[in-house]
Amino acid sequence: MAEMNLLHAINNALDLAMADNERVLCFGEDVGHFGGVFRSTSGLQDKYGKDRCFNTPLTEQGIIGFANGLAAQGAVPIAEIQFADYIFPAFDQIVNETAKFRYRSGNEFDVGSLVIRTPYGGGIAGGLYHSQSPEAYFTGTPGIKVVVPRNPYQAKGLLMASIADDNPVLFFEPKRLYRAAIGEVPEEAYQIELGKAEVVSPGTDITLLGWGAQMEIIEKAAAMAAEQGISCEVIDLRTLAPWDVDTVAESVTKTGRLLISHEAPLTGGFAGEISATISDKCFLHLESPISRVCGLDTPYPLIQEKEYVADHLKIFEAIKASINF
Amino acid sequence: MNRPDQHVGAVIHQANFIAGNALEVPTLKVLAQDGSIYPNAALPEIDKDLALKIYDTMVFTRVLDERMVASQRQGRISFYMTCKGEEASIIGSAAALTDHDMIMAQYREHAALRYRGFTTANFMNQMFSNAKDLGKGRQMPIHYGSNELNYMTISSPLATQIPQATGYAYGQRLQGNQALTLCYFGEGAASEGDFHAGLNMAAVLKAPAIFYCRNNGYAISTSTDEQYAGDGIAPRGVGYGIETIRVDGNDCLAVLLATQEARKYALAHNKPVLIEAMSYRLGAHSTSDDPSGYRSKDEEELWAKIDGVQRFKLWLEQQGWWTEEQESERYQAYREEVLRELKVAEKIEPPSLQELVTDVYAEVPAHLSQQLEQLETHIAKYPSAYPSASKGAK
Repeated sequence: MAEMNLLHAINNALDLAMADNERVLCFGEDVGHFGGVFRSTSGLQDKYGKDRCFNTPLTEQGIIGFANGLAAQGAVPIAEIQFADYIFPAFDQIVNETAKFRYRSGNEFDVGSLVIRTPYGGGIAGGLYHSQSPEAYFTGTPGIKVVVPRNPYQAKGLLMASIADDNPVLFFEPKRLYRAAIGEVPEEAYQIELGKAEVVSPGTDITLLGWGAQMEIIEKAAAMAAEQGISCEVIDLRTLAPWDVDTVAESVTKTGRLLISHEAPLTGGFAGEISATISDKCFLHLESPISRVCGLDTPYPLIQEKEYVADHLKIFEAIKASINF
Repeated sequence: MNRPDQHVGAVIHQANFIAGNALEVPTLKVLAQDGSIYPNAALPEIDKDLALKIYDTMVFTRVLDERMVASQRQGRISFYMTCKGEEASIIGSAAALTDHDMIMAQYREHAALRYRGFTTANFMNQMFSNAKDLGKGRQMPIHYGSNELNYMTISSPLATQIPQATGYAYGQRLQGNQALTLCYFGEGAASEGDFHAGLNMAAVLKAPAIFYCRNNGYAISTSTDEQYAGDGIAPRGVGYGIETIRVDGNDCLAVLLATQEARKYALAHNKPVLIEAMSYRLGAHSTSDDPSGYRSKDEEELWAKIDGVQRFKLWLEQQGWWTEEQESERYQAYREEVLRELKVAEKIEPPSLQELVTDVYAEVPAHLSQQLEQLETHIAKYPSAYPSASKGAK
């Protein structure tokens, strides 16, 4: 075990993957010698050479198109998009190409070895274009997996599983926690199974569900609720597509209440999908309406960030409203 | 490193602009319309076997296109696109490759797939979306692909294969097995952002790819006047620092020569090459298009006169490698073969209903199994409403 922050854990996962398989390549904008604007690929070019860890020209559609071709050729590309806010130029390559490669060819070709890493989320005074959480644009696209870790241990294990997975994975990294989240991480390689939610802390009165950086905010609200005698079951979804319906449904069947919280705007956010599915699965067990505590339906603001975000106080109030319904 | 203040060009002290048409790109021609070789023209590497294989593929493609347009008109298949007018360009370039080279095409290059060995039955099974289609009946007709033949499955979104070809070629270079990727696209697709991304990345990252632009004058109804203001696609290659050549696309020997040389260069230097082949889309854009709405019969007839198939045939005859008798026999044989395989393919049952949910992921996830189960239950209730139930798919 070693103490690592979230960036170190990601860097460590990339390092182990590159050491293990010479076909693993890391590339993107400023990923090479500089090691990335967040330093997640630090040292990899020195260790594995310029052919395996390199800068690309500044073109997101190019990075993902290139990555699709590499994956189809049999390499194991780990492409970085500098901020999730800038993934949209590559939307066509991801949605029409990456996601449909295997299906449309009848499995003659696939890009299953591809991983797209990208820092996402707010809380860093990033304004409109350094704060977005675009996961819901992708969860509605069959053919790709969507994964979001919440701490260094998760980040390494989920990233290593994503690299090993035989499907293209979109890996969202909570950049607010890159240096803030520190924890014990095994130095050797390990994987955390994709498609499985984790019950972070058991409870009996209400299920609180989230992912990524939102988990620490949800846990803070759960602690406030505990002081009021409310027992919260906290679940980290970890994989958003395909998501672990069974674990969530089992929890809600037990608690009778569900609150989902994410950073992205409410309308069209992934909480809507979860809410519809759980009301379908658990209709007779629900004792209050499913609650969604999310970002407002506005672009991500700069100066009013604190007001905008789904913080612990908003979640705490929603917990009480659900319990008192 | 070229710093902006240390570039190699001359310094000027007057505001003299470089003209947008300053780069004059010449056109490589080897074969004249009467089947003779231009004086002093360099010849590609070609012998009788290769020449006859090229011509055989030309004849097959003409027959297939003619028959399948008719089949679409009869409502037997839903959609078709011909290669008409571009056979010399496509087959001549494919013939310069080895079977280890990857081909990533747009959609009007099925002649290259035929050259690689795609059988008549393979073509029919894809167009009829039956259980023997390698693509499992999921894509529209003419979206072929074959792993065995190193021909990447076609997708409809234009130009997406261009940066993919760069990535594929980069992977081939790292593997070091002396193979490259040839990427076909039309001059319309070259207006997409992916063209810019793919070519620039190939030049910067040293990917051994041949970018092969079929400049056939039209993107559906849009003529090249409305597509670009420069001198076609070729000068753009120079702008990216890519070795570039323009060829007469109706001149099969020029195309073969240019592509053979491009292949040697790309593999020797780990660099991309851009080829712009000038030809003309003799047919409609697709069976959903009527070109009389945007171009004249006179124009079409003008181009039909400089047809690349006819030109190559004249050359073969002058070599003493081909006769009119062989010509009519070969056409007859292919017409019969295409019709025979068409009738077989249209009777083959569609893929099973389960194939609806396979290959979305490497494994079928739980939620898709459930959705399939619900669908099967529903279809069992209304079997006459769904073709899969009546055609015996399990």
